[in-house]
Amino acid sequence: MKKKLSFVLNDRKITLEIAAQEVLLEVLRDKLGVKSPKCGCDRGDCGTCTVLMNGKTVRSCIVLAVEADGQRLTTLEGLMKDGQMTPLQQSFLEHNSFQCGFCAPGVILAATELLERNPKPSGDEIKEAISGNLCRCTGYLPIVEAIANVNNALTPPGRERLGKKVRS
Amino acid sequence: MPILSEFEYFKPSSVREAVRLLSKHKKPAVLAGGTDLINNLKEEIDQPDAVIDIKGIKELSGITYKNGVLTIGAAVTFSELLDSRVIQSRFPVIAEVAKTVGSVGIRNRATMAGNICSAVACADSGPLLAAYEALILVRGSKGKRKVLAAKWFKGNKRTDIKKAELVTAIEIPLPARRHAGCYVKLGRYSGEDLAQASVLILALPGKQYRVALGAVSPVPVRASKIERLLNGQHLSDELIAKCQALIPGLISPITDIRATKEYRSHMCQVMFARGIRAAASRFSGNGPEYGVNLI
Repeated sequence: MKKKLSFVLNDRKITLEIAAQEVLLEVLRDKLGVKSPKCGCDRGDCGTCTVLMNGKTVRSCIVLAVEADGQRLTTLEGLMKDGQMTPLQQSFLEHNSFQCGFCAPGVILAATELLERNPKPSGDEIKEAISGNLCRCTGYLPIVEAIANVNNALTPPGRERLGKKVRS
Repeated sequence: MPILSEFEYFKPSSVREAVRLLSKHKKPAVLAGGTDLINNLKEEIDQPDAVIDIKGIKELSGITYKNGVLTIGAAVTFSELLDSRVIQSRFPVIAEVAKTVGSVGIRNRATMAGNICSAVACADSGPLLAAYEALILVRGSKGKRKVLAAKWFKGNKRTDIKKAELVTAIEIPLPARRHAGCYVKLGRYSGEDLAQASVLILALPGKQYRVALGAVSPVPVRASKIERLLNGQHLSDELIAKCQALIPGLISPITDIRATKEYRSHMCQVMFARGIRAAASRFSGNGPEYGVNLI
């Protein structure tokens, strides 16, 4: 039986009809074309499917899409404002914080939630906050450094400028 | 992995409505955080005809403290427990337990009520509720009942819940005007792992202690034998060693993918010694900060 639901996804109102057993991750990726949440372990352990629901990280692979009805969802696609990266994203770029990038959307959302609550987290607090996001390229050090040094990120953001800096 | 079996989804706004839906369906499943349920649906361990989401029921969403009793609604998440002022100030060991559950993204959804309804042997809430002598509040079509934590757990993944009943809240009585506690959890690594063994200690006035062990038996073990040995006594190394020697006789750990039974049994004793010292020193006001990893 189909259910009608509506929610706000990255500041855009979405209305669609889905079956009760559809999983949020699959609806986001396959029906709405939002590809930053990834399917990793598919059972809530690895964090690659992380999205923000009302500002809090959830594992979209273990959320029914119907549960999103009336909620506010944010994925990595919704973090940028007017084409400008957030200071956290700039810091990730500056610290070269991922290799394959598969875990990056989840890690960035987990760190976004952390920094909203705690703008100056300690190293241990950062590690705790991203402990549910697995990186298999062993890239944790630059990730932690990026989150710890986010306030030192270049402002205003500039992708080209940062790109040059990284290459030089 | 998609969920293949079909079901109807309901989001009732009252307990009465939820109970009515539970009675009406043959194989209903209750959805709170879904961190266990959705995996069970994917793996077809559960194939319900109806999923009843309790997050729309207002009365299940609060944490209240009244007349010395903490009431945790069934829809309250572990993140909410961690953030609760009254828990931080009066029941800090509950926050210490909550902090070890999964990771942030799990704690934002998972509930303590769900944890004890799934009732896996390694559930972090088990030894906590056993030591606090908590009550599980249950509502069914015939009315309400309260079940003592010690009688709630019937086996691995088995509880005292009857058909068409809903857990509405957990009541945790303040055990004394002043108390301290300690939760020591052994995982394979720090952060996001299930317990291989866990020890929960409460320190009460008059050198009274409560001790509960988790993940080393199908149900949480209240170590009354150890409590009788400890109570009223000075906490000497010799006394702790005597208590440690009792532990293997109280538990029935298994060997599985995460640990051997010998390792669990050994570590349980190590964790007991560290936990009891930490709980006692916290009671005297100079113990390690809550949330610090002791192993």
